[in-house]
Amino acid sequence: MEIMDRIKDQVENNPVIIFMKGTPQLPMCGFSSRTVEALKQCNREFAYVNIIADPEVHQNLPGYSDWPTFPQVYISGEFVGGCDITLELSASGELQKMVDKATGN
Amino acid sequence: MTTAEIIENKIRDALQPVHLDVVNESHRHNVPANSETHFKVIVVSDSFNEQSLVNRHRSINKLLAEQLSGGVHALALHTMTSDEWVERQKQGGIPDSPDCKGGDGRAGK
Repeated sequence: MEIMDRIKDQVENNPVIIFMKGTPQLPMCGFSSRTVEALKQCNREFAYVNIIADPEVHQNLPGYSDWPTFPQVYISGEFVGGCDITLELSASGELQKMVDKATGN
Repeated sequence: MTTAEIIENKIRDALQPVHLDVVNESHRHNVPANSETHFKVIVVSDSFNEQSLVNRHRSINKLLAEQLSGGVHALALHTMTSDEWVERQKQGGIPDSPDCKGGDGRAGK
């Protein structure tokens, strides 16, 4: 599959997905670590892609989303934001609502 | 001009912020002394009125595209309107940025 199709497939076929450096168990970046913690606190399943282990996604995701940095969070196929936005949504309670809605409540 | 100054000038020119703080946080990361790789930027501008957070961040990412594809590896953004800034200060201000955990560089490298 072409890389852009592969990214699209990942984004559209997972209700909640984070593209991060490292894994939820072992994040390799402070920004990824905080963002994935915010997702974990929602107590719903989410998918992840470790971009350090997938250089092709690392290289092409910024072009896909028009967003230059990592991590990147997508909910219901929509780009949500990076670390700062996800944490703000978490603090306001909005993230939980978005995740609940996406994963079926 | 330092990278911090370039970031400051670009944002000042484009967004006429009522408050702007560009903090070089590189010393908290595993990079040589005096590096300009990790920044936190606090921008308070009424040009953000009616704009979603994603769009605010996108506009700054665009302004700083050259820096982000060059030496700047991390950019923590806190974007507020004047009203939101007042509210934020009541709630304890801007959170600290995280420390590095050793992951490799910027997108696409």
